[in-house]
Amino acid sequence: MRRVKDIVQSRMSRRSLLAGTAATAILMAAGTVSPSFADEVNTTGLAVTDDTVQVGILHSVTGTMAISETGSVQAEKLAIEQINAMGGVLGRKIEYIQEDGASDWPTFAEKAKKLLVNDKVAAVFGCWTSASRKAVLPVFEQYNGMLYYPTFYEGLEQSPNVIYTGQEATQQIIAGIDWVAKEKGAKSFYLLGSDYIWPRTSNKIARKHIEKLGHKVVGEEYYPLGHTQFNSVINKIKLKKPDVIYAIVVGGSNVAFYKQLKAAGIDMTKEKPLLLTISVTEDEIRGIGGENIEGAYAAMKYFQSLDNENNKEFVSAFKEMWGEDIVIGDVTQAAYLGPWLWKAAVEKAGSFDIDKVRLASPGIELTTAPEGYVRVHENHHLWSKTRIGLAKTDGQYELVYETADLMEPDPFPEGYQ
Amino acid sequence: MTSLKSFMSRQELLGLLVIAAVLFVVMPLAMDIFRLNLFGKYLTYAFVAIGLVLCWGKGGILSLGQGVFFGLGGYCMAMYLKLEASTPEATAIQSTPGIPDFMDWNQITALPWFWEPFNSLTFTLLAIIVVPAVFAFIIGAAMFKRRVGGVYFAIITQAIAAILTILIIGQQGYTGGVNGITDLRTLKGWDIRTDEAKYILYYVNGALLIGVLVLCQIVLKSKLGRLLVAVRDQEDRVRFSGYDVSNIKIFVFCFAAVLSAIGGAMFTLQVGFMSPSFVGIVPSIEMVIFCAVGGRLSIFGAVYGTLLVNWAKTTFSETFPELWLFGLGALFIAVVLVFPNGLSGLYQSYLAPLVDRFMGGKGRGSDPDTSPPAADLTAAPSAKPAE
Repeated sequence: MRRVKDIVQSRMSRRSLLAGTAATAILMAAGTVSPSFADEVNTTGLAVTDDTVQVGILHSVTGTMAISETGSVQAEKLAIEQINAMGGVLGRKIEYIQEDGASDWPTFAEKAKKLLVNDKVAAVFGCWTSASRKAVLPVFEQYNGMLYYPTFYEGLEQSPNVIYTGQEATQQIIAGIDWVAKEKGAKSFYLLGSDYIWPRTSNKIARKHIEKLGHKVVGEEYYPLGHTQFNSVINKIKLKKPDVIYAIVVGGSNVAFYKQLKAAGIDMTKEKPLLLTISVTEDEIRGIGGENIEGAYAAMKYFQSLDNENNKEFVSAFKEMWGEDIVIGDVTQAAYLGPWLWKAAVEKAGSFDIDKVRLASPGIELTTAPEGYVRVHENHHLWSKTRIGLAKTDGQYELVYETADLMEPDPFPEGYQ
Repeated sequence: MTSLKSFMSRQELLGLLVIAAVLFVVMPLAMDIFRLNLFGKYLTYAFVAIGLVLCWGKGGILSLGQGVFFGLGGYCMAMYLKLEASTPEATAIQSTPGIPDFMDWNQITALPWFWEPFNSLTFTLLAIIVVPAVFAFIIGAAMFKRRVGGVYFAIITQAIAAILTILIIGQQGYTGGVNGITDLRTLKGWDIRTDEAKYILYYVNGALLIGVLVLCQIVLKSKLGRLLVAVRDQEDRVRFSGYDVSNIKIFVFCFAAVLSAIGGAMFTLQVGFMSPSFVGIVPSIEMVIFCAVGGRLSIFGAVYGTLLVNWAKTTFSETFPELWLFGLGALFIAVVLVFPNGLSGLYQSYLAPLVDRFMGGKGRGSDPDTSPPAADLTAAPSAKPAE
């Protein structure tokens, strides 16, 4: 019994000794950090030291959304690496903490909270679907975090805690419809999409705009996410003979939709009907197959094939980091802007404090953006050009049109609701 | 003391006390509010797992659709909270102020009739119990009266989970669709998002869980509980003895449904939103896994199983964001291969005899079912429901 006690005691003393050492180490570490320096740029206790700042990356790397979100993760990591190579942000290297949203909205909320509350990250780059953004939004507003959200989306939202680096619906839609109406003489439209908030809101805006131009919507239909039987709608399209099929089908359904369209003899390389989509980027074409979507038009703000110096550098850096055969879609490029916009805002504010970064954000411009030039609007969305691309068999888009001016983001469009 | 003994052996009393100590003392001391809130979330799944112990472990009815009831409870609570958050002032930016934001996005201009009653908290609390109970009764009556059971029943519950998910996603103007019902703020003016509220909700949740455990214990020790086990093992003999087997099954299915719904409602309160991703097939199966890891014969085991799986899920995914699913998969395979009776099986074979000797014996033995006979141990969980 005595021996047991002895052992326990010696253990105890060893433990307390260890604890003591650890405490001293922490004290010493705390002593070496000159608190005044870190405090100047960080008055709210974010994870910022003299030479590092921590940020979060929150995307799905598992589950059904992983295929879409991987590109965003890669782009964000590339941007962070490049920023670090240039000396970091306010002299601090960016360290990222990556969390997996697992294609599950509650998990997104849980991980967002972990990043903000536990890790005290200075910014989070993440989310992809609207559902995941809606799930984390209350978390970011409650704990005052900063989210850079890359996906084109439906608008109707403007949070002080989010910078939307993708286009909102009016930017993508209005220019596209104007173009097909003017250049291609389109007068009748068939709207279709996957059944959730983004396609529905987008088609609502599209319908209002089409009617405003004095043209006609001859059909509007929605299919559940993951739907693979489009024969009935294809038959209706053949019957109604619209000038434009306006398609906002997302995810895996795209593969079935475009294959069945081709099999049904609708040849998109002919002028009528032409197909205009706002949901198929180069990433999706990889799944669909270039030969199945050849001749379709897409309206978005970025294509991998854009011919400018910024983009050439971006594409080659991206390929160097992630492999030659990778493709870059619109959202991937928007995700790449996130860390850069954050860096610019932090440097303008001279501080990592969320409130100061928020105040500094409007007016931030990036002349080095692969898409050319972007500027942050008062409403936290980006001024950007809208472009029309023509899908080719090699899975790339060929630029056929771009708006002369930057499109103003308008998340709450008057007269379109 | 005699009344206590009649429904709880010493071992079980000890189990209950240990759980209470873990919930009310150990966890709050060991964890900051963020982790504690996470644990609170896991504990809401434990309600489902406990329901499954009764339904599946004791009654032999495998339901792969418990997420349906979790969702019903959660949605009832979320509807009430959403209405409270959607005051005309808070939603002034919408085309129709005063209705939930997602309705406005879907061009709905008036509150649908079935949302109206959810303005009342009393109605909501009643609905959390009554809606799933009635729904389960309809399913149960339709199935068990026709003597549909085993695998067929499991498949039907899965179909119901799938149908309800599609319904919720499809009717997004009325349900919030894929996004779910988000951005819930207050309960009768009380902000549920503060740290203080999270502590209080955690304790309420813990107290409810203990209450449910005691209730289940009473049910299991009653004549009904014994009949339930009898139905599982020899359904025909029970029927020939003059009992109506289907009523017993309907009761336990409804009971499990109500437990799940309570968990769902507590989930909504603690997490602050509800979405169809809890209703579908995958979460329903996950909940069966929680129960299997804990040991499907023990209501206490179910609580630990739920905590263990969810804790592992969080930890693995934080440590290895790209590989964590493999770790989780390995855990499940290990449980099925090595410990077919889950955590409670381990406890029964290794720890229970020690505890028994320590406490002076005899506490056990009175209930043959908590210590599964040898034959039962060899029957893997997967083989059981097919009977």
